[in-house]
This record gives sequence, structure tokens and C-alpha cells, in this order.
Amino acid sequence: MSAPGVQSRRPVLGWTIHDSLIIARSTITASFRIPEALFFQLIQPVIFVLLFAFVFGGAIPIPGAEPGSEGDPSLYREYLMPGIFGQTVAFAAAASTVGLAEAMQRGIIDRYRALPMSQPAVLIGNTFANALRQVLVLTVLSITGYIVGWRINDGIVNAILAYLLLLLFAYTVTWVGAYVGLSVPNTETANTAGLIWIFPLTFLSNAFVPITALPTWLQYFAAFNPISALVQATRELFGNPTGAPTDYWTLNNAALYTVISCVVIIAIFAPLAVRKYRTAARK
Amino acid sequence: MRRKESPGVTFVPVTEYAVQAEGLVKEFGDVKALNGIDLVVPRGKVVGLLGPNGSGKTTTVRILATLLKATSGSAQVNGFDVQRQADDVRRSIGLTGQYAAVDEFLTGRENLTMFGGLFHLEKNYVASRSDELLHKFDLADAADRPAKTYSGGMRRRLDLAASLIAKPGILFLDEPTTGLDPRSRIGLWDVISELVSEGTTVLLTTQYLDEADQLADDIVVIDQGQVIAHGTSSELKDQIGGDRIEITLDDEQSAARAIDALSGVVSGEPTTEGAHYSAPVAGGSSVLIDAVRALDARNVSVADIAVRRPTLDDVFLAMTGHGAEDQQPERPEPSRRGRRGGR
Repeated sequence: MSAPGVQSRRPVLGWTIHDSLIIARSTITASFRIPEALFFQLIQPVIFVLLFAFVFGGAIPIPGAEPGSEGDPSLYREYLMPGIFGQTVAFAAAASTVGLAEAMQRGIIDRYRALPMSQPAVLIGNTFANALRQVLVLTVLSITGYIVGWRINDGIVNAILAYLLLLLFAYTVTWVGAYVGLSVPNTETANTAGLIWIFPLTFLSNAFVPITALPTWLQYFAAFNPISALVQATRELFGNPTGAPTDYWTLNNAALYTVISCVVIIAIFAPLAVRKYRTAARK
Repeated sequence: MRRKESPGVTFVPVTEYAVQAEGLVKEFGDVKALNGIDLVVPRGKVVGLLGPNGSGKTTTVRILATLLKATSGSAQVNGFDVQRQADDVRRSIGLTGQYAAVDEFLTGRENLTMFGGLFHLEKNYVASRSDELLHKFDLADAADRPAKTYSGGMRRRLDLAASLIAKPGILFLDEPTTGLDPRSRIGLWDVISELVSEGTTVLLTTQYLDEADQLADDIVVIDQGQVIAHGTSSELKDQIGGDRIEITLDDEQSAARAIDALSGVVSGEPTTEGAHYSAPVAGGSSVLIDAVRALDARNVSVADIAVRRPTLDDVFLAMTGHGAEDQQPERPEPSRRGRRGGR
């Protein structure tokens, strides 16, 4: 016997996709209902571009650049943009942290958990939506970059690969963000905890300065930081300057190391986050 | 293959009780939140779980709604075990918590559509059911506005509508009117009463005695994780003694004459305090007429006279030693700022 209006049976995976899409759509719809938040989410990376391009631009030499062109601001801007892209997608994690902490505090997670829906779907949908929103952010950022002199120099196919790599990384960090969001006691904490680990991670990388400019012990950290590999791979794919070559395998196989990092991080944090979710309680 | 049970009202009962719990114990570290709760909710009835903050009401509901695992004990909802058949339980219930758990950036209709989809209901069905619920709960005009713009009462009604989207036969209401103004409270009571008249089984938690009195067929009083009493509202009131006649005399000097005059009317030992006279009575409202006549015959003039039934507040005070809305004894300051305390 079936109830009125109940859909027919589907395999578990089918329901997981079905439920994840509903959550993703609601999350995206909701984010467009807060135009102020969306505006500031877009304006923040733009401000970073302008600050770095015009304030630090001439002061940071790019080693390995052609002789005579050091200190050329347009060179730094080409070097800078992939760094800003990498930093920006890393911040996608914060949206999941805050979103899930709020959903938990408002009791919505309780409601989801009392529904006969796929349990991981809330997290899959939420992380997917936050990663997807980065498409809009990257578009605005690319236009800003173009205005200050950044160019795609290595063809459309490689450029698309660069954007896909950035989105994969965004999706990866949203799982970390989701885990943090379900672990913090309240939304106030989520606002800071969501960001606190991203700042050092993005600055201890090659995003804004060449890795060779760092002290040796920091170089090791920066070389294995997935953001460095992401930024390096993005620079290569866009045909932007990459700075002097290094001996680090992670940076010489940047795209491969980025994909491996993403797979490993998701493999660790997705099960952790789902486990947290299953026992989550409104705090 | 497991049979999928219907969450609809057309469901044929297979068990006598909609909810049945035995010896529920829940420990949070060293704290024993539940200490052996036994509970049954017959089909089609409203059972009120009454107790102060921190007594274990919400924990009980969370276990029954599959949100929390009991440390020990067992519970069935709609005949399904809450631990082993969680999905079947979830298909059978609607849950409305202490908070309006809706997405405030989505409109009322979008919220219902989302929850209907997550209940795995068909699109057409969700659309018509949403319309029906929005009308029924007086939200039709606001249906396409974000829930953020709703008043507290409207959000609670939307929240309730969301838990009714799949027509669950069993509804858990965890402090449904906490924090609402009196008018919204009464509005929500009407909605709940209507659902009950349509055959929905309700387990309701509340710390308001009048709410339990108003809505519940049976009341289970819990305190510190244990059931300390249960029965209908009037049974509970009878447990602490029946009606009393309460008289305020015009002057204290006539107290002795009043005791004398009423000795044949009241059913027990009277107490007096200044001009106030009180005594147990039996026999309902005719006692009042007899008492007035007897007092008049002895020229005792009266400022106020009434036969009073004990309230559930009296019940609570008599059984627990503290009032229902007081804080726990270990938290001495009974501050009344807002009700967002939780457990």
C-alpha cells in the first residue's frame, strides 16, 4: 500500500541525488534573496585585486621573469590573478560553515533529520550549491582581472581546465567548511571559525609572493599547501608567469597534486561531516 | 523487500498505540536526562507531556522522532522501532520543534515545496497540498513572501504546515506555542484541535499548564527525567484533593460564625486566616447555593465566594515541591527574560 502522492521507489543513490538537488536549489535560491550578502561576497575579491595590483604590485619582483621586465606592474598583475582566484575559492568554505551552523541553530537540521530523506543529501546539496556559486564569483573576478591587465594566454581549453580545477577545489574546501560548521557551538563562533584557518592557508602559499621569497621552513609548508599547487596549476593553464622553477614535486606536477589533494581531503572530511551531521543536535 | 507503510490518514492501524515507550534512559555524560520514561499514546488521542525546563520532555520527543538514540529502553512509533526502523518512523511522523524550523529566505510556498520534495512526494501532490495547507493556516496571502517577513505566529503555522505536508498520522509538537503572544497561541490551539478532530494523534510537550489542560486528553507529568503522575486533567486534580469553597468575609470577627454556619455544608475541616475562609466541599455547584443560604441565615456578610477546582499548577506544586514554570532548584534565579533557555 502506498500513500497518496508518494513517489515510486528509487535506488538509494537516486534518492541521494534527488534530495541533494532540492537542497542545492533551495540554498542557491535563498542566497539570491540576500542581495547585500551576495554583493559583499563579490566585492571582497575585487577589493583584493585592486589592493594587490596597485599597492603591492610594483614592490614584488617576479623572479624568473625576462631580464628588464622585473618591477613591471602588469607582470605582477598577471602573476597575481591566479593567486586571487585560489584565495577566493578557498573562502567558499566559510559559506558552508556559516550556512550549516545557522541551519543547526535554527532547528532546520533537526527537521531534515526527522524526514525520510537521504541523510548525506543536506551536506552534498549545501556544498554543491556553495561551490556552484563560485561560478558567479569567478566571472566577476575574471572581468575585474581583465580590466587591470590580466590575460588568458594559453587558449580556451586550458582556461576551462583552470576554471574546473578552481571549482573542484572550491567544492573540496566546502566539505571542510561543512565539518567546521557542524562542530562549532553557535553561529557567532562559525563566523570567525569559518575564516580563521583560511587566511594563513592562503597567505602561506605562492598566491601573492613567489615561494622562494619565504624562509626555508615556510617554503616546505607552502610547497605542500594544496593552494600553492592550485595556484601554480592555474598560472600554467592560463599561461601567466609562474615565477622561478623550484625543486618541489608538488609544484612541478601542480595539477596532479591539486587533484590528489582534493580527493584526499574529500575522502577525509566528507565522512567526518556526515558523521557529525547524523548526531548533530541543536545547541 | 521491506514494505513501505503509508504516512497518510488512510493508514489502517496495526497497533493499538501510536507511540509506545518503555524504560527510556538517556545519559549525556554524567547527566541523566531521562531516568526510565514509560509512555503510551493511544491512536487518535492527544497526550500532553508536562514538565518544567530541563525535565526531559524535549529529550523524550527527540528520541521518539529518531533524532537521538536512547542509552537504554525501547520505543515504537506507528509500530516501528525508533532505532532499527528509523526511516519508517520518519515516514509516519510530523515534527514541530520549539523553533520555527523553516528557511526564512524562502517563501512559505517554497518551504512547503522543498519539504514535500524531501518527503519524496509527487510534485502535483505537493502543489495542491501546499495550497490546501496555506489556506487552512491562513497563510495564503503571505504564501509568496519570504518567511523572514512573517510574524512569530505565522512562522509557527508555516512550521506546522511543513510537518503536515505528507499527512502524517502522528504529530510531535515540542512546545509549539513557546514564545508566542496570547492571540497567536490561541490561534495555534485552534489549528491543533482541528487536526485532532480529523484523527491525528498528537504528542505535545509543554510547560504551560493551561495548554495541557486545553489540548490534551491525557497528561503525563515528568520531572527530572521521571514520570511522576499521569491521567486526565481532572484525575490529576482529584489526586491532590477535590473542590474547595473559598470565602472572603466582610470582617474577621464573623469567621467563627461562618465556621459554625457552614459546618453542615462543607465536607472537611475548614481553615481560616483573617477574613479568609477555605474548606473542602463535595457535590459541585449546588454547594455554593447552600453555603450562601446558610451564611445569610446567620447574618454573615460576604465580600467574595467561589468554589474552586485545583489548577494543574496546584497539582505540580503538590507533586514536585516546585511550580511548573519555576526553574530547577539548582538554578536559583528564576529570571523570566524570554523563553529561549532550552535545556
